[in-house]
Amino acid sequence: MKRYACTVCSYGYDPALGDPENGIPRGTPFEDLPEDWRCPWCGAKKSEFVPEQEPPSEVHKERA
Amino acid sequence: MNRTLRENIDWVGHVDWTVRDFHGYDTARGATYNAYLVRDDQTALIDAVKAPYADELLGSIAALTDLSGVKFVVCNHAEPDHAGGLPRVMAALPNAALVCDKKCATALSQHHDTTGWKMRIVATGDTISLGRRTLQFLETPMVHWPESMFTYVPEEKLLFSMDAFGQHYATSQRFDDEVPLGTVMEEAKIYYANIVMPFGKQVAALLKKTAGLDIGMIAPAHGVIWRKHIPVILEAYQNWADCRPKPKVLVIYDTMWDSTGRMARAILAGASQPGVEAQLIHIRHSSLTRIATEVLDAAAVAFGSSTLNQGLMPMAGAVLTYLKGLRPVGKVGFAFGSHGWSGGGPEAVNEYLRAMKWEVPREPLKAQYRPTPNVLDECRAVGGMLAEKAREMAADRKVGGRQCNEP
Repeated sequence: MKRYACTVCSYGYDPALGDPENGIPRGTPFEDLPEDWRCPWCGAKKSEFVPEQEPPSEVHKERA
Repeated sequence: MNRTLRENIDWVGHVDWTVRDFHGYDTARGATYNAYLVRDDQTALIDAVKAPYADELLGSIAALTDLSGVKFVVCNHAEPDHAGGLPRVMAALPNAALVCDKKCATALSQHHDTTGWKMRIVATGDTISLGRRTLQFLETPMVHWPESMFTYVPEEKLLFSMDAFGQHYATSQRFDDEVPLGTVMEEAKIYYANIVMPFGKQVAALLKKTAGLDIGMIAPAHGVIWRKHIPVILEAYQNWADCRPKPKVLVIYDTMWDSTGRMARAILAGASQPGVEAQLIHIRHSSLTRIATEVLDAAAVAFGSSTLNQGLMPMAGAVLTYLKGLRPVGKVGFAFGSHGWSGGGPEAVNEYLRAMKWEVPREPLKAQYRPTPNVLDECRAVGGMLAEKAREMAADRKVGGRQCNEP
């Protein structure tokens, strides 16, 4: 499953981790996030996210 | 006034003694906008000031060096209290390139006409050699804007931390060991609560990164410079980022005819237990800034509102809206209040407490017109329960509701 990065604040969405605080279970692909889901860091819309470039961002290294 | 941080590194900012309303933040002790000049083979200005003080900044630079010798202007943060003076500064420094990260360049171009500026875009890990000293950059997204950045000078063990570790504190002195530590820490706490609190996770991640830096001095963009009490401010940031509660119960309320006020005082009486700090805060006799600061390290919050026009008292609504945006994490919450014929105030409070994902151990406690002796007894009992929870949470370092800093 592909990781996505927020272009506004650099938050990385990792499908393996999901976003449990906001009701998104682990293992949820980015494509399956509800359209009203917002970046948990900065509140940006889903449309502000892009597939993450390799290598993974610093954010991800920390979250891994 | 001693403005010198290290040899040829000087403070060139502005002390704003009289500001009392900083975009709604109650700056009871005023503020400073810190800018720093690093003189070397090539000279760099670190950050600027609010627009009205740009000429004063240029005067301070000119007193130290020829303006044409400034080669770099580093912008760690695009917010107008630091970057507002940049158009004037860039126009007056003919040989300077503006140094910032990619997001900052965009943000600056959305604030100002930057078309004539020489730009040098940097990213985490990039360095610029000034000669004897080096500027090293570390992007710090969402501490507290997307484009925020730190600049580190390894040769001097000096970290320019922008808004992080800052305080709104006007003083003629520039260093933490020249002023009372209690005052600095109080202002640092107010600053964290009102500006940084929503970004606790990012702060925690950032503290891990900066732990790898050898830091002998932290020069923030507001307030005094940390050189003696660095471990104190770093530990405080760690505790705040980790949402560590104190054994503290707040009773925050607004009231029309003192029915909710009576309930609040009964809750306070119940919460006033040994080893627990209980505080009563009447919303209209306090301020958003002060309330957010007290909530930061409280374990439990009882929040009361009378019912006005089937809903919240308007200032109670303002406080709850402000708190919800600041995202205080890991509290126990309890809603209470009075109503006449309709109900609505305490229920609306409860919705906010749940929206903040606090632990809400019981339904709202309500009184119709006047709290009866039974209702007041119940208020005292709830106060005792909140005090007990607060004590446990502080002792076990547990939090209520949503957990802090979990991935």
